[in-house]
Amino acid sequence: MSGGPLIRRLWHARRHPSLAIGAGLTALVLLAALVAMIWTPYPVDGVDATARLGGPGLAHPLGTDHFGRDVLSLILAGARTSVAVGLVAVGLGLGLGVPLGLIAALTRVPLVDAGVGRLADLIFAFPAVLSAVLITAIHGPGAVNVIVAVGIFNIAVFARVARGAAIGVAAQPFVIAARAMGRRGFSTAMVHVLPNIAGILIVQATIQFAVAILAEAGLSYLGLGVQPPQPSWGKMLADSQTFMFAAPLQAVFPGLAIMLSVLGLNLLGDGLRDTLDPRLKILRTA
Amino acid sequence: MLSYLVRRLVQFAGTLLAASLVVFLALEFLPGDAAQVLLGTEASADTLAALREQLGLDRPAAGRYLEWLAGFATGDLGTSHIYGVPIAGMLGDRLAISLPLALIAFALSTAIAIPLGILAATHRGGPGDWAVIGFAQIGLAVPNFWFAILLILVFAVHLGLFASGGFPGWEGGIGPALRALVLPAAALALSEAAILSRVTRSAMLETLGQDYIRTARAKGLSRGRILFGHALRNAMIPVATILGLQFAFLVMGAVIVENVFYLPGLGRLLLQSIFQRDLVVVRDLVVLLSGFVILVNLLVDLAYAAIDPRPRAGVQDGAAHGAAHDGFAHDGAAA
Repeated sequence: MSGGPLIRRLWHARRHPSLAIGAGLTALVLLAALVAMIWTPYPVDGVDATARLGGPGLAHPLGTDHFGRDVLSLILAGARTSVAVGLVAVGLGLGLGVPLGLIAALTRVPLVDAGVGRLADLIFAFPAVLSAVLITAIHGPGAVNVIVAVGIFNIAVFARVARGAAIGVAAQPFVIAARAMGRRGFSTAMVHVLPNIAGILIVQATIQFAVAILAEAGLSYLGLGVQPPQPSWGKMLADSQTFMFAAPLQAVFPGLAIMLSVLGLNLLGDGLRDTLDPRLKILRTA
Repeated sequence: MLSYLVRRLVQFAGTLLAASLVVFLALEFLPGDAAQVLLGTEASADTLAALREQLGLDRPAAGRYLEWLAGFATGDLGTSHIYGVPIAGMLGDRLAISLPLALIAFALSTAIAIPLGILAATHRGGPGDWAVIGFAQIGLAVPNFWFAILLILVFAVHLGLFASGGFPGWEGGIGPALRALVLPAAALALSEAAILSRVTRSAMLETLGQDYIRTARAKGLSRGRILFGHALRNAMIPVATILGLQFAFLVMGAVIVENVFYLPGLGRLLLQSIFQRDLVVVRDLVVLLSGFVILVNLLVDLAYAAIDPRPRAGVQDGAAHGAAHDGFAHDGAAA
């Protein structure tokens, strides 16, 4: 097996149960999102008044909703929305939070470290639902609210995680030696620190991806997130509540989709943590 | 410890002030102003000017911000634009539902999770342990509002044991009111119980591996005495710090679950206010809820510092931050 040590370790751990199941479920959700970008069994805006609230059958394996739309198509398109929100929200966190965390850890200027710490404290004071309410007040409801609300929160999460991990790595003899030999801060961060904290960041990214999917669904359920006609699992659940007596199955499939996506990412995160940082596994299962 | 306490209290006050400023500025600089938002784009200039004067929007923003802060100190939170009643009274009425809901969910999740965590740790690798691990994974993955809908489907729609939503009020007696809170509390408790059972299991496993437990076994102490007299007391230290964070997550989770069950609590008020554009209520509620999160974080930090001296001494290692990371990871989920 060629490739870096990270890839080699993952390849050797491919039979780890959490990793295997988590990777399988996550791959399924990503595949559904990719497929929905080019194809769904029926158009997601294909209203059919003659097929309202239909049960599962050959033509519609998961039934139809109150507009007669195919539920399977909506679930596939909902995966596209969830994955897009998750990717952007985690990307924001990684792109802005990790540099902030590294700066706080490596500049050795107490004021900078304290500044990043207080900024993270301030962001943590606004869980996604509160940020989304504030953004809705300014901007009106929409998918952007969810992305910004979860993304801002992720900046603080990744800043804290990167800072904590980087402080540990920066105290290692090889980093001290590199600095003593005249390597500059940015170069030290990129060459020595970042590769050594990549495992922790990857694990945190899977957790935050799961958090983003839950937050998107929750905020769209409340009407603060994704707006019709854009499909969302949370919005589907909100609609299903209106027709709970007539079509109880409507409330089952979108919820299952959310649960399996989050379960997959959480299992993947657990598996990656065990594989990439065996010390955490020892701590967790001691 | 005293200097750490003073430092954390100063940080607490600073974060609280910064949070209030963020909320004030966010709503101050929204497109148009509160008067425009309330009256819509069709309103005449005279009507807008009159409402601006009534709302105090014609005065400088800095003065209004300071007045607003002073109002918090005196309990005068302003008047709702939509209902025309004092906001403090509205919040009191809503809190009479949200607080019992969070407390019942908290008690329920603790009562489920701690025995499960102990069971898993004492039967490590066995079917009981795997069942608890499975419960924790599923509990973390199930969104609380979906679980709430499933509970309504089973216990209200099919079995008819509970109402599918609404709240009869405390005036009608404690029994019917508590009955209306059972399903919402169960919906809120699931994910919290999942997190807590994992933390309890890990803490118990770590404690059971300590030398003093081995010594207690060698001395011939009974299994029950070792478990409840020695291990559980020490394992509860990390669990207790997580419990504080959990309570903050429960309050945030209640924002969604109250809306599933149409419970007229703080979460429902927040959502109604945002859709009715009652921005004064939104502003007060967001600041109070974020202030509550900041306060809980402070109390958890102080409790942790009282137990573990490293944060007080400014030691920054992975172990000291582990619990905090876990909490942050789940914070968004509570949204």
